[in-house]
Parts: sequence; structure tokens; C-alpha cells
Amino acid sequence: MGAPVSRYIITRVLLIIPTLLAVAVLIFILVRVVPGDIVELRMVLGGSYVTPQVIAAERARLGLDRPLWSQFIDYMAGLVRLDLGTSMWSGAPVAEEIAIRLALSLELAILATLIAVLLAIPLGTLAAVYRGRWIDQAVQVFSVAGLSIPSFWLGILFILFLLTTFQYLPPLVFTPLLKDPRANLAQLIWPALAVGYRYSAVATRMTRSAVLEVLREDYVRTAWAKGLGRSMILRRHALRNALLPVVTVIGLEFAFLIGGLVVTEQVFNLNGIGKLIVDAIAQRDYTLIQGLMLLVAAGYVLANFIVDLLYAWLDPRITYG
Amino acid sequence: MPRRPGRTHPLLRLLRKYPVGTGGMVLIATMLVMGLFAASVAPYDPVANDFGAMFQAPSWAHWFGTDAYGRDVLSRILYGARTALLIGFASSLLGASIGAVIGVISAYLGGKTDLVLQRLVDILISFPIIIVAMAIVSIIGTGTGKLILAIAFSFIPRAERVVRSSALSVRQNVYVEAARAIGAGSTRIVFRHMFPNVIAPYLVLLTAFLGQAILLEASLSFLGLGVSEPTPAWGLMLSGAAVDFVQRAPWMAIFPGLAISLAVLAFNVLGDALRDALDPRLRT
Amino acid sequence: MSKSRAAVLVALLLLLVAPVVPLVAQQPRRGGTLTYIVTALPPSFDGHRETTFAMLHPVKPHYNYLVKFDTQNYPKVVGDLAESWTASKDGRTYTFKIRQGVKFHDGSTLTPRDIKATFDKIIFPKEGVISARQVVYQAVARIDTPDPQTVVFRLRFAAPSFVEKLASPFNFVYKADILERDPTFYERNIMGTGPFKFVEYVRGAQWIGRRNDDYFKPGLPYLDGFRALFIGSRSAMMAALKSGQALIEFRGVSPAERDDLVQALGDKISVQSQPWNCNLIVAFNTKKHPFNDARFRRALTLAVDRWGGSRALSQIAFLGPVGAVMRPGSEFAMSEAELVKLAGYGRDINAARQEARRLLREAGIPDGFTFTLKNRSIAAPYEPAGVFLVDQWRQIGLNAQHVQQETATYLADQRAGNYDASVDFACDFMDDPDVQLAKFVSADVSPLNYGGYVDRQLDALYFRQSRTANAAERLRLVRQFERRLLDEQAYAMYLLWWQRIIPHWRTLQGYKTTTNHYVEPDMEVYWLSQ
Repeated sequence: MGAPVSRYIITRVLLIIPTLLAVAVLIFILVRVVPGDIVELRMVLGGSYVTPQVIAAERARLGLDRPLWSQFIDYMAGLVRLDLGTSMWSGAPVAEEIAIRLALSLELAILATLIAVLLAIPLGTLAAVYRGRWIDQAVQVFSVAGLSIPSFWLGILFILFLLTTFQYLPPLVFTPLLKDPRANLAQLIWPALAVGYRYSAVATRMTRSAVLEVLREDYVRTAWAKGLGRSMILRRHALRNALLPVVTVIGLEFAFLIGGLVVTEQVFNLNGIGKLIVDAIAQRDYTLIQGLMLLVAAGYVLANFIVDLLYAWLDPRITYG
Repeated sequence: MPRRPGRTHPLLRLLRKYPVGTGGMVLIATMLVMGLFAASVAPYDPVANDFGAMFQAPSWAHWFGTDAYGRDVLSRILYGARTALLIGFASSLLGASIGAVIGVISAYLGGKTDLVLQRLVDILISFPIIIVAMAIVSIIGTGTGKLILAIAFSFIPRAERVVRSSALSVRQNVYVEAARAIGAGSTRIVFRHMFPNVIAPYLVLLTAFLGQAILLEASLSFLGLGVSEPTPAWGLMLSGAAVDFVQRAPWMAIFPGLAISLAVLAFNVLGDALRDALDPRLRT
Repeated sequence: MSKSRAAVLVALLLLLVAPVVPLVAQQPRRGGTLTYIVTALPPSFDGHRETTFAMLHPVKPHYNYLVKFDTQNYPKVVGDLAESWTASKDGRTYTFKIRQGVKFHDGSTLTPRDIKATFDKIIFPKEGVISARQVVYQAVARIDTPDPQTVVFRLRFAAPSFVEKLASPFNFVYKADILERDPTFYERNIMGTGPFKFVEYVRGAQWIGRRNDDYFKPGLPYLDGFRALFIGSRSAMMAALKSGQALIEFRGVSPAERDDLVQALGDKISVQSQPWNCNLIVAFNTKKHPFNDARFRRALTLAVDRWGGSRALSQIAFLGPVGAVMRPGSEFAMSEAELVKLAGYGRDINAARQEARRLLREAGIPDGFTFTLKNRSIAAPYEPAGVFLVDQWRQIGLNAQHVQQETATYLADQRAGNYDASVDFACDFMDDPDVQLAKFVSADVSPLNYGGYVDRQLDALYFRQSRTANAAERLRLVRQFERRLLDEQAYAMYLLWWQRIIPHWRTLQGYKTTTNHYVEPDMEVYWLSQ
């Protein structure tokens, strides 16, 4: 990698900051446009006693009665210090609320990605190499089904299957991987499978078309003409270049797994980021929502960035102007 | 195999070339018929409660069984096709179209406008679709109409990106340069050169969105942010009692899930076939 | 002694011993950890601030009260930290004798000063301190601690049921030193005198407590500890109960869920059921046409078949008892003879609906008239209630649009008066007209009145009943209030009261279901048989 690449990288890094800032501003405004008030939600439900004075006092305590620009400045000042504030619902620091769930969501995302990659790369390659034959058809059916089946429905079916056939219920509480790998995996393998199947469908199709594309390339045909064995060609040329678009897809999908598994987490009762997002929005917890959205956006931006780096590393043909 | 020129029925030709895609079209047509004629085909009223017939297993009286209110699952699935297709088509058309228009404009105008628009799209696209839809629903409220708006909105950034890149590839096109050189107006260029080039990816986008819209409705209704009871909607049928009683009355969850999967499958294979047909270069 | 006499003696002895034997066999066993489910997350840990069971269920076992409801003999009030108490003749002075030698979890000793500081916080909160139930104790003028064993409450006027109000399950007794130093300490920390000490809280996952070995009640608690699992999804909760990973959930399940558990677990499970001090109400927005017309409102309540609905809905939801403003089965409840005289409570639904249609015609409401019924998008029991109401109103030619909303949006709309009809609810820990009737006084007096109406007669009735010491007179006033609210004016309508169903594993002993989910869990008396 030479000078042009490092310049490209620096430009990208510099672009990240304004993007995230813009996200922060957008979320701040959006969240206050939504009808509903956290204080009422907390104190009024069925409660026969709470007076408007109490509600006003609580709103003042949370800073909700201050003018918007004042709240905004506090928020921005906090961001500069890398302080996400405290959750309006629980009073705990937003960072703490997120950190506890992040471990589970990250692990689930990694497991699902592993499953997806382990399925997609061999299946996609096979389908491309034996194009048109039954194995190709089978793989295509398998992957299009994966795209069509709602992964939370698949999760419901898994649970039904486990309960009916084995009278088995996966553990309900998260144990960190290092503390007890068996309990940890026993809980996460099922949602990972449900999610990973869908994920693999996307990746399989990508792999297949990428490998096909590459197999048609001139230099591969040349190698074929030269008499190099098929597996040799695959390994040295086809796969390496096919990996590029596949890596892109895997990278971008991974970012979405951190916050996007909203419904799956409900079905499996997982204490993850998706569930936290649903709860935060339902509770109108402004500070927590803001922190979570920044996390999701940052995850996506980071994933994009890493994918670009990998691109630069994997394909020296790409130039940066 | 030698073929007599011009004698084979066009539909048969279609079937032979894209067997799976045609299958998808047939499925979609069936759904449309089911939805349109649900009132005549459905054996029961989908919203009538029957507390004497709750949680009944599939039988001759109720082919797909009954749910927690004694309502016939089959009838609700048939009527649900209506809701699914309405939400699917409306939100996909709206989202894809608005996104396409923005994409073409951004590609054509270029320069500062393009830069600013793209930064905006950057921000919106960095959120999973479900989260964007949830946010919009929180602001504007629940219900079929509002759901369509929310889902459409979450599609716009992705549609914009795809269409813009197609439109961009045209911008440098020789024909456009030539047209400019001879003084053709910008509207003419846009319409005659850019739009035709983006029709293909637009159609593919539509079919992809159709499937995603149905999945989104399912997810949002599952979270209580979609359509309200007693509207028959597949996603709504999957939530609540269907999950709670999945061991006791599994048919409540199985049939709506199957319906959703088949519908999305149909749109996906149709989209694949479309993509193959429209762009021989991409044909695999 | 002759043989026959000996035999009689033995027989007598056996008779004496026999009843004791089962009691001996049922001796509480010490040990074990109780795992139970809490279906929502606690906001803060401060009992004085919060109003939700989600805080009570995991936090309660760490604290004691001045007086509390005896869950084994609900609604009897017993002393917890108070050994005994007396009330003055005029009902304006209550003197409590405080137990000696009670220790906080940090080793310090409890004194009347802590009790005073606690109730000062609840009744006279300082600037920046929120007390959710402050208004309940407005009769209190001040609290005194004349000696190291006594706390005295001096009231401005005699208030009925004062001690019951003090027994609120939210009135955790806190440490005075801590409150002086930092009144917000208890929002995120635990320091009490209760039967269990705090171990850990993993946000969103679980809450763990272990036995307080220095607890002031000898022999208690039996359990080594407890573990509260936070499980939001009902299917996961059911699965946890079925698999025995949790033994009980202290709020309540629906009849269908109960049947599911019984079918799965047979005699491993025991089901207790009590009428629940919770209800569903439909509020009408009297500021909007035609809800400002009492005839329309009466028609709406007449159309609903409560008795039939109770039978049907009690099969799929935890709805059941038919009643008016005071909970059926409580000491203030209306008898059935009185109930059926109210609009909408008659046994002949066809006659009621005919009358309803006549009222609609008189009021000029066209057939097929459309309005919205706003409801929370929660499955139990709001959804079935909404579906039921829509169906009932269809029977008199009205087209109600059921709109299910997120709770936050629903509350915002209710507050703003942005609704036609709205499904409301009320849950309380005690049956007291002061509490249950407060919702329905004029809108300019009570912030809880969402109907927007002003009715001075109701206000007067409320005020009089809250100052009457004579029980019979109070009952009479309450009846008048109910009749005016539900029948004459139909400002709101009561749909159904709830039925509390608590299935639990038989291994959990000592648990007795009460009428509400706020006074439970009473962890110190629970024990595990295996």
C-alpha cells in the first residue's frame, strides 16, 4: 500500500466524525418529535395518586423543562467528552446500560456470521462451479428460502421443536462465554442458527455470483488453457477475487446484526441491544435512545470502513485517486 | 432442440426459460385472487369471535384451526393476503419511486447538491430498516395507512442509492454528451436517457421491497407497532397468543408464518427472474 | 390401670397428637433459593418514587415497613417495625411503639428517627425529591419522635383507614443518616433492614439477594436467598415456569396460560386464585360530541353484556368479576341486587340494547356511527377487552374503530384529551373509596379525570365520604357517588374487574395469594419443600 491509499484512509476517517455528528443531531430532534413523555409513563400508569406537581418536579429533574437549545448544548458537550449521559428511566449511565447488552449482541452477531460464512462460502462456490446442475438448483432453493422465511418465525419453530421433541428449554439468563461456555452456547446457538440461516442466504447468493463472475474472467480461462488443475485455479485466482464482494456483503450485514435483531431477541428473550432499543423507544428514554442510535450508526460506519480497508488489502488492482 | 420459429406460445417460452420465476408469478397471482375474492372464498367472518370454539385443532370445520378468540385461521389468512398485498405494493411503490426520483435528480445535478444529498442518505442508510420503521411509527402512530408510510420511508435511502448509481453510469454516457452538444434540454436528457436506464434496477428493487415490506409488517405487528386487532394481517396473527400457546395450538403460528414465507419467496424468485431477464450481463 | 382404660388413654393421646402430626410434618424447611420471574424492569429502586410492581418485586425483600398488610390474613394490618400502636379518641393522633434492636444491613441500629425521616420524605419531600403518593397523606400535620421507642403521627383531621394507608407496600423504611446525606441514594442503592441482603443486579437479566442472618424476626427468613429473573416475553416466562427454571411469577397469568401449565405439569403445580384489585374502565371524552350527551354515554354502557362477557372473557383473559367502582368482594362492594339496577348491569341484555337503541335515536345518532376506541397495545387483558367492546357496540349499530397504541402515545393522547373513548385501568393495593373514587371527581379538582367533565355533586359526595367516621354513612355516600357516576350520568363505565391467577410449583410453600400484586412477594415467610 502506498501513499494514495493512506491518504484515502485518512479521508475516510475524517469523514466518519461529521457523519456521526449529523446522526447525533438528527436523533436529538427526532426523538423529541415523538409524542409521549417518560415521566407520565413512569408515574401515571394506573396510579391513582400522582399529582401534576410531582410530574412537573420530575420533568425538571430530568431537565426536560429546559429550552431545547439548552438541552442540545448539554448533549453536544457531553458527546465531546465522550459522555453519553444517564438513562432517564433507570438513572444508570447510558454507557453501562449498553455495555451489559453489547456482550451478548456481539457474541450473537459473531456466531451468526460464523454460521453464515461456513455455509455460504462452500455452498456458493459449489453452486457456481457446478452451475446449472442439481446441486446448483438445490443451493439456490436453500438460499432463496433463507431470504423468505422470517427469522423470528424460524426461532418460534425452533423453540416449539425443542420443547415438543426434547422437552428442552435453552437457558434463559446470559452467562459470559468465558465463565461457562456450555451454558453460554446452549442459549445462543438457537438464535444464531435462526439468524445465521438468513444471513447465509444473502452471502451464498453473493458468493455464487462473484465466483461465477471471476470464473469467466480472461485470466482464469488462460490458466485453464495452460492446463492448471481446477482446484488450483479456484484457490489461487477465483476465490481471492470473489472474496471482495462477499466480504462487503458480510461486513455490512454484520453491522446490522448489532441493533437489527429486534424481534428475534424478543422471541428468545435475549437481553441484547435490539431489546434495549425496543424498550428505550417504548419508554421514551431520550438519552438512552440517543446513545443507542449513535452506537448503531457507528457500527455501520465502522463496518463500512473495515470493509474498505480489506478491499485495499485484498485487491491491489484498486487505485485511489 | 430445434424449434419451429414463432410457433411456441409465449407463456410456454417464459416457463421454459424461467421456470422458477414463472412459478413465483403464479403464486403471486394466486395471492392476488385470494385477497380480492376473500369475501367469497373465506368460509367464516375473519373478525367474528366465537368463544365456544377457541384453540381448535385443524378439522373439517376449520381447515387451519381456530385462534384464541375462536376465529377461523384460514379465513384470516385469506383476508390477510389483502392486507399483505396492500401494504406490500403501496409501500414498495411509494418508497422505490420517491427514492428513484431523488436518485435520478441527485445523479443528474451532481456537484454540491449531490454531495449534500448523499451525506443525508449516508446517515439514513446506516440504520437497519426495522429501526427506521419503528421510529416513524412512534412519531406518526399505528394503523395500516401509517404503516405504509413508515415502511415506504425506510425504503427510500436504499432505492435512492441503487437508482443513483445506475443513473450515474449514464451521465458519462456518450449519447448524453452528444445530446448536450447539440443543445438538447436537460429534461429531455433525463427522460430519454437516464430514466430508461434505471427502469431495470427499479423493477428489481420493487420486487425486493415487496418481500421486505411483508416481512417488516410481520415484525412491526409482532412488536405491537403494526396494525391493530382485529384486522386480519399475517404478522399480527403471528404475535401474542400464537407465540404464547405455540405448544398447545401450534397451527396458530405455523400457518401465518407459512403464508408470509411463501409470499416473500414468490416475490424473491420473481425478482431473480426479472433481474436475469432484464440484464443479460448479470445473467448467471 | 386396666387394659381397656389404657386403651382409652392411648386413644385420647393419639387424638391429641394426631392434629399436631401433620403440622409437624409441615414445618418450614430452611434453605434453598427461590427463583421467580418479574415481567418488567425496575426504573429506580426507590419505593417512595415509583408506582410499578416491577420495582417492588425484586426490591421489597430488602426492606421492612412500619406496618404492613399480613399476606396470610389480607387485608389485616400488622406491625412490622412497629410492635404496637394506639389511636387517640378523636382520631387525630397515632402513636407507634417501635421495636428495639433492629439492625440495618450495614450493622447500624434502627431508631424512631429513621421512621420519621422515612415518612418525612414520603409526606413532606424536600426540593428535588419526588414522592409519588404524597397526596394520600395530606391529613398528616407532622411526625414526632418523643422518645427512643415511639413515633407519633399528628393529623389535621380524622382520616378513616389511616393505618391501612401507612401500610402501603411502597413505604420502605430507610436510614435517616443516609437520607440526610443524600436523599436520592435509594434510587440506585439498597440499604434496608429486611430479611434479605442485596447481592447483585445484572441489568435486564437478574436480581439476587441472600439471607440476612441478623434479621430481627427469629427463625426468619427460611430461604437462603432469592433470584429474580427479568423476562419480558410471556412465552419465555411460560417456558421458564414449565421447565422449573422459575417457580412462580407474582403478577398473574391468564386462564389459558394456567391451563397450559396445569396440562404440562399436572400435580407438580398448585394454582391459587383471588379477585384482583384491578379493573378495566372505559373513559368517555365528554368534551367531544356526542360524548357530551348523557344519552349517548348511557347507550354505550347499556349495550355491553357484562355478565356474558365475564363468562366469555374469563376463559381467555384474566378478567372476570362484575362490579362497580368498589371491588366486588370488598367491604364496600355493591351487592348483586344493587348492581343489576345500574345501567349496563342488568341481566336482560336484549332489553338493555333495545333501550340503548332508543337512546341513540333520541340523541340523533345515525346507524353505523363511527368513533375510535383507543387502547394500549398490550395483549393481556387490554386487547381482548378492546376486541370485545367493538363487538358489543356493533350490536347496537355503532362502528367503533379499535386503535391500539404504544403506551407512551396512549398516555399522551389521554392527557391531551385526544380520544373519543379510551380503555383505562386502575390497580390498587387496598380497597378504599378515597383511592378508588378519586379518579372521578371533577376535572378541575382531580388531574386523574380524563373525561373532562365537571360535576360538583360528585365532588361534594367525595369530600363528605372522606371525612366521615361513621361506616354506614360513608357507605351510603359511596353508593350515591357510584350511582351518579355510572348510571345517571354514565361519565365512565366499568367493564370488568380482574381475576388474579397464580400458578406455582408445589415446592414453594408458605405463599398465599392476595388481591393484588403489590403486597407480594412477602419473602420472609416463604420456604421450599425440596
